[in-house]
Amino acid sequence: MMKIHILAFGIAKDILGNSQAVLEVSEGTTIAGLKDILTATYPDFSRLRSLRIALNEEYQDDSRVLVAEDEVVIIPPVSGG
Amino acid sequence: MIDIRIKSEALRPEECIALTASEQAGGTALFIGTVRNQTAGKAVVRLEFESYEPMAVSEMRKIAEAVQEKWAAEKVCIHHRVGSLSIGDIAVIISVATPHRKAAFEACQYAIDTLKETVPIWKKEIFTDGEVWVAAHP
Repeated sequence: MMKIHILAFGIAKDILGNSQAVLEVSEGTTIAGLKDILTATYPDFSRLRSLRIALNEEYQDDSRVLVAEDEVVIIPPVSGG
Repeated sequence: MIDIRIKSEALRPEECIALTASEQAGGTALFIGTVRNQTAGKAVVRLEFESYEPMAVSEMRKIAEAVQEKWAAEKVCIHHRVGSLSIGDIAVIISVATPHRKAAFEACQYAIDTLKETVPIWKKEIFTDGEVWVAAHP
């Protein structure tokens, strides 16, 4: 298992109940796997129009493999402008 | 020249116009996004904007770079405000200067359309009877 640090914004912060969290996930977990864990733990994520994950300030593909101590950012549907 | 800013205080269109002024430009297109007083007939009290700032800046910079490349825009300015905004306040300003007007209009439209899809900024509408994160649910 490894620790992943989560930052949340917008409605994701409301769903998570906090702007930050730490999750324990299996080694080799991908972004897709992380999204599955998030929606299983917090079902309200599945009701959103979209759910993207950023790492190092870049949007990530579902296939990206996470490593220990990665800081991922939950990007719920954006609404700037 | 690219000028990207996220500010907590009032945005100033004249500042963006000045930043994109150029002797090579024949046209400057300016988009000003303002806080509307209603959504679907319901009166809005105010909007609250938040951003994942470092990524919002880098995504806005990508948009400005794409504009420079696709429309040969010499100067691009994108300023976005965060915090609590009142009705009529300016939330975003985009200014693009190009040699000819067609490119300026197209580039400016592309910039705001793309900003609304990719930049990690979120707004919440505050009504008298509740609050809603805009566009969060289908």
